[in-house]
Amino acid sequence: MATVSAVNRRDFLKTGAAGGVALVVGFHLAPRAFADQAEEQEKKAANPLDAWVRITPDNKVTLILGKSEMGQSVMTSLPMILAEELCVDWKQVKIEQAPTNPKIYDHGTGGSGSVAGSWLPLRQAGAAAREMLVTAAAAHWNVSPDTCKAQDGGVLHGARKNFLTYGELVSDAAKLPLPDFKTVPLKNSNDFTIVGHDMRRVDGREKATGAAKFGLDSRAPGMQYAVIARCPVFGGKVKTFDAAKTKAVPGVRDVFVIEPVGQGAFTAGGVAVLADNSWAAIQGRKALQITWDEGPAASESSASLHQQFLENAAKPGKVVRNDGDAAAALAGASKKIEAIYELPFACHATMEPMNCMVHIRPDGAEAWVPTQAPQWAQQVIAGVAKLPPEKVIVHTTLMGGGFGRRYQADFVMEAAQVAKVSGKPVMVFWTREDDMQHGFYRPASYHHFSGALDAKGNLAAWKHFQTSTSIDAMWSPKGKETPEKSEFATAAFIPYQTPNFRLEYTLANSSVPRAWWRSVEHSSSGFVVESFVDELAAAAGADPLEFRLRVIGDDRKIPDFTNPKEGKPLDTARLKNVLRLAAEKADWSKPLPAGISRGIAGYFSFESYTAAVVEVSVKDGAVNVQRIVYAVDCGRPINPEGVRAQVESAAIYALSATSHDAITIKGGRVEQSNFHDYQMPRMNEAPKTEVHVVMSKEEPTGIGEPGLPVVAPAMCNAIFAATGKRIRRLPIRPEDLA
Amino acid sequence: MATSFTLNGKPQTVDVSPDMPLLWVLRDTLNMTGTKFGCGMALCGACTVHINGEATRSCITAISSVAGKKVTTIEGLSADGSHPVQQAWMEEDVPQCGYCQSGQIMSAVALLSKKPKPTDADIDDAMSGNICRCGTYQRIRKAIHRAASMQSKA
Repeated sequence: MATVSAVNRRDFLKTGAAGGVALVVGFHLAPRAFADQAEEQEKKAANPLDAWVRITPDNKVTLILGKSEMGQSVMTSLPMILAEELCVDWKQVKIEQAPTNPKIYDHGTGGSGSVAGSWLPLRQAGAAAREMLVTAAAAHWNVSPDTCKAQDGGVLHGARKNFLTYGELVSDAAKLPLPDFKTVPLKNSNDFTIVGHDMRRVDGREKATGAAKFGLDSRAPGMQYAVIARCPVFGGKVKTFDAAKTKAVPGVRDVFVIEPVGQGAFTAGGVAVLADNSWAAIQGRKALQITWDEGPAASESSASLHQQFLENAAKPGKVVRNDGDAAAALAGASKKIEAIYELPFACHATMEPMNCMVHIRPDGAEAWVPTQAPQWAQQVIAGVAKLPPEKVIVHTTLMGGGFGRRYQADFVMEAAQVAKVSGKPVMVFWTREDDMQHGFYRPASYHHFSGALDAKGNLAAWKHFQTSTSIDAMWSPKGKETPEKSEFATAAFIPYQTPNFRLEYTLANSSVPRAWWRSVEHSSSGFVVESFVDELAAAAGADPLEFRLRVIGDDRKIPDFTNPKEGKPLDTARLKNVLRLAAEKADWSKPLPAGISRGIAGYFSFESYTAAVVEVSVKDGAVNVQRIVYAVDCGRPINPEGVRAQVESAAIYALSATSHDAITIKGGRVEQSNFHDYQMPRMNEAPKTEVHVVMSKEEPTGIGEPGLPVVAPAMCNAIFAATGKRIRRLPIRPEDLA
Repeated sequence: MATSFTLNGKPQTVDVSPDMPLLWVLRDTLNMTGTKFGCGMALCGACTVHINGEATRSCITAISSVAGKKVTTIEGLSADGSHPVQQAWMEEDVPQCGYCQSGQIMSAVALLSKKPKPTDADIDDAMSGNICRCGTYQRIRKAIHRAASMQSKA
């Protein structure tokens, strides 16, 4: 899979290297999360290179890679891995964003997969470069390579006077044969001085000075700014429009219709307003007179979807998994409980609204895109421009949040359509209202649980019926949908032992677009599984932690039921470990001050293990989260400080969806429009969050998302401890606390 | 219509529609992109600048109302990121995506100019107009306390 080549980087990049000679090591980053997509792309890939190590004679070390920085600190953690194997000061490593090349492998950033997928290839690339440099130094001194050692960005032989920097060695090293990545010796992890140590993020300064350039900050000479008026009803179209008043707005340059694009892009189409500046475009759009053909979705509402859920739940669903005989066990159980949970659509609400700047000329195109999927953006623009993809240069910019929203290409498609007509560089940007009302939402779901306990308090049966609006049903080719495989995640292979386990699923139809929202199906699965287990613990009269540990039982590895080939199994020992650690750090066994209650949850997602203890106070119908104590095991942490930051972030993102956020539908349109009616936690709500990171030696796994699924259940379990009320629908409503 | 004001210590004149918000004048007319667009309704604080020293949401501030006033943006805090609040932000590793941080920093600087030793309650009051979708609040709070202690030693 790995290839190494010594080339002049100018063959690949137009940004210009300082010197002509450089040691360039290319390798292929294994995708973990989007396996199906990756497989398809691999077939197309002629040249499986998507990242390079570059060392130039001026002793600069650069890593060029296609991963996108959206706050998750991937531009810090990945160079740390490389610097470790290269034996350089990690601060010596600079990062360059890879240009998008259709012959190069997938650049996609998502599924909490960047570190997991890059860990081995980056180590191998760093080690290969190091071995070449050591060999070159040994030849220079005419000594055996075994007597030379790489350290501090150079090679040392004997006394310190025999020391050559990598920059001095690069010309010779570049002429050497390339080591086999499979056999190149990797550093002993006991010798790590960078990996596993706290590092500050590399982009802290530019982000504290306003110098950082996000997508919306892209500028080009002669550019125009554009917004699009979209039908507020999903699937609706422009019937007629009158732009006379719009064209009278100073600065407005053009107004025209763009067509909706279906499967894959899922754009709404609408009326584009182009202007000299953003404000004129916004004012021009306000002045448009449009008659919409709203289409069939106009009758959909959150109420009608809830009704559909109830109707679906009244009938058996498709059996996804069946072990033993849950029905019989439930019928004969000494204790039986039932619970219904419901979660709404949720919006990503990235701080930087969607935007994309595209310039389409007859001979080529250039685009500045804040995207998690630059290669897809390139294909979309090439398609609209009717150009070969290699004629489309995509600059991946920094992103003001991604959370899955920027894995879509709808905003790229729109920008390409507008730019095609304009011929000028056009920045198509979304307002907050556009973002809230034309997003791709976390699916709405409804869950009916039945559980049975035997006389000893063991879990005799677990039955979970789910109906939801499913991401897969929207994105898979028609006739190939398997929503039952994509909607459960860990809910299909819970760590709690029971001889009778049954899962059923029924798809709920909706015209509301859905896609991957931070932690995806785990956000709902984590909530319902860890809430219902807590209900069972209470029914058993057991301590919630003690019950979990007992019912999880012995150490074992449970295969990923819906993805047995590629998914890592759930290791119950690691799950129990984080549960115990979070409990210990939160003083679980000690009483709390008056007025404070706590709840716990533990969960497996993105191959990582998280547990959280949430402490709340409930007063006059309001819940106050006082403290969250996490324990996380994401394998070997590359940058423990970065891991803590990601988990702190996930805590607030989860709190947002637990306490505030719901996208509701009426008349086929989203009812919310901005931060006044889709509220975010603010400074005054932010709890103290402690993150305890397990210093594991297992392979690194994801951390951008796994902090999220445990918050809602642990918080609602704490509310139960405080009030005796079970919160079974999100977000938490005052009437559910009364 | 021409509007004159002081921008980061220097005289500035722009000839734009008088109702155009300061945010878009900064970003599109003057190409100063450190000030961010988040909501357009003064709900998120990403566009926060100082007008005569007061933290102000530039997205709803018409340029005509700025005439003759002193405007400070994130670019005007320091030439090199040496402002104690910026330093504290780096030291506490506050930013994640970073998009909201210009506004957060401008709100924090305004707070510290009024209350050099803010309490947690002061921070809640002054900073609750700024949303961070990455949830960096805990680090922002620490950074404000750190900046306060740096300034008191200076």
